[in-house]
Amino acid sequence: MENITLLIGIVIVTALVFDFTNGFHDTANAMATTISTGALKPKTAVAMSAVLNLVGAFISVEVAATISKGLINEDSGIEPAVIFAGLVGAILWNLLTWLAGLPSSSSHALMGGLLGATIAAVGIGAVSISAVFMKVLIPALVAPLVAGIAAMLATRLTYRISRNTEEGQVAKGYRAGQIASAGLVSLAHGTNDAQKTMGVITLALISGGVLGADADPPLWVIASAGIAIALGTYLGGWRIIRTMGKGLTDIRPAQGFAAQTSSAVTILASSHLGFALSTTQVCSGSIMGCGLGRKGGVVRWSTAGRMVAAWGLTLPAAGLIAAGSALLAVQGDWGVTVVAVVCAAAIAAIWFASRREPVDHTNVNDVEPAEAEDTGVVTAAMQAVSPPPTAAMEEAEKASDTPAKTTVSAP
Amino acid sequence: MDIDWAALGQVFGVSLVMTVGLVGLFTLGIVGLGTNSKARGGSFALARVGAYASYALCAAAVAYGIYIIAA
Repeated sequence: MENITLLIGIVIVTALVFDFTNGFHDTANAMATTISTGALKPKTAVAMSAVLNLVGAFISVEVAATISKGLINEDSGIEPAVIFAGLVGAILWNLLTWLAGLPSSSSHALMGGLLGATIAAVGIGAVSISAVFMKVLIPALVAPLVAGIAAMLATRLTYRISRNTEEGQVAKGYRAGQIASAGLVSLAHGTNDAQKTMGVITLALISGGVLGADADPPLWVIASAGIAIALGTYLGGWRIIRTMGKGLTDIRPAQGFAAQTSSAVTILASSHLGFALSTTQVCSGSIMGCGLGRKGGVVRWSTAGRMVAAWGLTLPAAGLIAAGSALLAVQGDWGVTVVAVVCAAAIAAIWFASRREPVDHTNVNDVEPAEAEDTGVVTAAMQAVSPPPTAAMEEAEKASDTPAKTTVSAP
Repeated sequence: MDIDWAALGQVFGVSLVMTVGLVGLFTLGIVGLGTNSKARGGSFALARVGAYASYALCAAAVAYGIYIIAA
């Protein structure tokens, strides 16, 4: 019995680590344009976002909807070890995309991880394929389009209305508006994504028999999930902020305001109307849209292409890492230990790799990422995405012999 | 596989209308307050009132957004 409790403890810690990477990865969604237009100083921006994330985790009284609900059949024997493996997959994929500076959906990584782990441990029957289409693939196509078109039209409109005024004169107003819409995005992010972690922890507690079925998340779960996501947000995924704020297009205050408003409105409309869209994809889409909306604005399609490739890879890659981990973790205590050690080693390796070329709040706006425009989108995507994943995934998969490499390098 | 076209269309429509509407309103507010040095007299006062009304509508939208998040 103490065995199960220890395992659940590991699952909770892993879930909080995922929550941390989630905050860290998604700071860019709310704050990238705010930072790149100079509406807020980098440190101020991440601090504000962190506080709003924490507030967001507490304000919703809605039961933390378990992310697995509908995707994975809960009666089919999901064990804590499987949830643990799913989280490992999601964490590693989040860190790898962070290393590459690519904004990918943390929610999709979590879903992919849980799906992969479930398929490996229980079988394909426990997964609802049509739910995957409805909840992941269709929204992934729709999100950037909806937000992008809205941001493009809004950018056109705002430039048209203000065409007789000097850009510098109105920039202050735009920056103020941008802060308000960035605040809304942060708040919504805290509510949505912190609740996903609460859902996972609650699911683990229920599956381990600590809580009764249909129990609400206890207060300590809500508090720890909120704090983990806020800490991650405050630390800031500067690499991704740079890509979104500077890499996709050059953003002026008017565009930043249009993009940020489009993101906030789209996220709220989609979650309110029951067609959940990925925050990351909404925000990336609206940034591209605002780039297209300004006369003379340029969208760097090679960066956009790499980003979209990362979106496509998120589900299978997180799933494969998780599947390999699950095959090990269900072997028993030694399997869980091996996965935990390999995961920690991979995290350390990614962190050290990131130190070779650090990006932080001091240089986030400085450098334009050098792009080789002549390389094709797919080649660029593979160059950007495959070297770190294969190396680290081989490490993660070493013991289980899952052929992760082939899948990752063929998007 | 069932695609919920109605929800999808709603999200698309609401996002588009609200984004463009809010950005437009806010820009009117900025422009209305920004041009006050050039315009004088009645049009100045009108521009001010219009600008504050636009800002008020935007603030109401933000409040509604917070309400949606919290609900």
